[in-house]
Amino acid sequence: MARWGMVIDLDRCTGCQACVVTCKAENNVPVVTPREAQAGRLMLWMTVIPEVEGEFPRVRARFTPRPCMQCDHPPCVKVCPVQAMTKSPEGTVSHVFARCIGCRFCVQACPYGVTYFNWQAPTWPKDLRESLNPDFAIRPTGVVEMCDFCHHRLQHAREEARAEERDVRGEGEYVPACVQACPARALIFGDLDDPNTAASNLAHSPRAFRMLEDLGTSPKVYYLKEG
Amino acid sequence: MQTTHPQAFDRDDVLFAPVLRTGRGFYAAVAVLLAVAAWGAYAYTTQLRYGLGVTGLNRPVAWGFYIVNFVFFIGISHAGTLISAILRLCNAEWRRPITRAAETITVLVLFFGLGSIIIDLGRPDRLFYVLQYGRLQSPLLWDVTSITTYLTASTLYLYMPLIPDLALLRDRARGWRRQLYTAISLGWRGTPEQHRRLERGIAVMAVLVIPIAVSVHTVVSWVFSMTLQPMWKSTIFGPYFVTGAIFSGMAALIIAMAAVRRAYHLENYLKPVHFNSLALLLLTMSLLWFYFTFAEHLTAYYGGELAEGAVLFAKVTGPYAPEFWAMVVLNLVIPLAIMANRRTRTVAGIVTASASVLVGMWLERYLIVVPTLANPRLPYARGLYFPTWVEWSITAGAFALFILLYMVFTKLFPIISIWEVREGRELGIQEAYERIESYLPGPGVGAGGPIALR
Repeated sequence: MARWGMVIDLDRCTGCQACVVTCKAENNVPVVTPREAQAGRLMLWMTVIPEVEGEFPRVRARFTPRPCMQCDHPPCVKVCPVQAMTKSPEGTVSHVFARCIGCRFCVQACPYGVTYFNWQAPTWPKDLRESLNPDFAIRPTGVVEMCDFCHHRLQHAREEARAEERDVRGEGEYVPACVQACPARALIFGDLDDPNTAASNLAHSPRAFRMLEDLGTSPKVYYLKEG
Repeated sequence: MQTTHPQAFDRDDVLFAPVLRTGRGFYAAVAVLLAVAAWGAYAYTTQLRYGLGVTGLNRPVAWGFYIVNFVFFIGISHAGTLISAILRLCNAEWRRPITRAAETITVLVLFFGLGSIIIDLGRPDRLFYVLQYGRLQSPLLWDVTSITTYLTASTLYLYMPLIPDLALLRDRARGWRRQLYTAISLGWRGTPEQHRRLERGIAVMAVLVIPIAVSVHTVVSWVFSMTLQPMWKSTIFGPYFVTGAIFSGMAALIIAMAAVRRAYHLENYLKPVHFNSLALLLLTMSLLWFYFTFAEHLTAYYGGELAEGAVLFAKVTGPYAPEFWAMVVLNLVIPLAIMANRRTRTVAGIVTASASVLVGMWLERYLIVVPTLANPRLPYARGLYFPTWVEWSITAGAFALFILLYMVFTKLFPIISIWEVREGRELGIQEAYERIESYLPGPGVGAGGPIALR
């Protein structure tokens, strides 16, 4: 069975935020006002964290795209009291909105801060409202949501593969929206257990590391150090 | 029993008075508390309508006042049952007039602990999913299990010693009250056989309730320490929380005792000696609390881990420093200054120290929950937390409603256990005398004899 994972090449990331915008559109992530964003209610399943290192003249900016780490040992799934946060047999962590009671225990448990809570009813400006993605549910007030590697896209791919009586191919057939949108090809996606995919090869590269690896969460998102 | 000692009736009349007669002051207090509680309820309807967005919660501080109140209220609940059970098992004769006041706090405040969790939920309409789809692997389910067990046990533990008093009231009250007391006194006539069974039951419950109470605040702490968050992931959180719980619970008990003493003129029953004994226990808990706090913060400092350090310095010198040092003063300096000195260890002094501890312990819970969330391991989402009027109002409403329920309880049931006070008068003195005699050299039943558990 496939073990879907992502590799993020920090050398290639230009910080253009195409992944961020695509993710918002793909997953119908609510838009908040600048005031609410200031108050800490911004929702970005995929976000690019800018870091500025050093002082003039030796300054350099670094951009770190941050989706859900999709841990193999996810702390959020462990603490969920109602099994709303789940890990599929293929290892993907996703969240059942209709089950969530909104206790926000998963928010506290995640050391990466990738879970978001719907503080109020979701809103979109009129134009965006008319172009919501019909493939993905809108979340109600009071539940948690987060990146699930575009699980609905996997479902599509699985249906097509099933019609042809085969498994989903380890590469190319199923990719999350952010990976598809990245113009610099900094995001690489595929089956980590299939030795023929670029993702699994890069995950074994000497440049590869994972965020807060020492916590034992075993993320399936690998980063490639800048050279 | 009451028929055989008619003169004792008059002697303890003041204990029946609050139940049988109600003055104007009571209704005035009820009106004020009801108004505050209603305002809190209004704030909660606002939250229900618009979602948790009306609070000051945010990313990364997604738990705030409600969780602080939850930990605080559950802590207060240790006042009662645990203290009263320990005193009962130790045959501490001075316990007699205070056990009921303590047990009542426990039972009532537990509803507010559970209530705080429900208020904190984003989807309270899905509350029963916790029972329907509950995962026992989640520390939240440990809480649900432990707290409901505690609520059941401590309700029984409050009720059983109430039965003889209910019978006394049955014989005095008229109208609907008479019917009520007749129904719930379960045909108590005070026969030796009934007494034997009741005391057996109370003794069993007293032993049972202690491990349950310890488990309750331990699993409350585990909600935090089972995560990977800096300064939450701590092995001493269990005992640290239990210590803080008993500490704040005793302070609440002292204030409740002082309030009923004043309102119902019970100076003859709740004497300075009772306050003094509790004050010495409170003083011990204050030092124990400080020991845990010191150990907790020193290890975070000395290890020098970055993530822990961020939380530690946010507390000690950073944005939470005023609350942190206020907590140290309120929980250690003030109680120590007042209660370690015999001249200031008066009833007024002890009540002042207890009020200080209550505020200090609320701050302690706040400082456990918020600074860790505000300084997560990855430094990308940093934030502060400012509660809005909704959180303040709901908190005020919860406290008001708790006080109100406590007052109503004193109007329905005697807040001092009448039969136990009488038993102390009639049997306790003789028993204590014999017990002390058995400790001394010379012939006596004491050595090696069975230990009386009453």
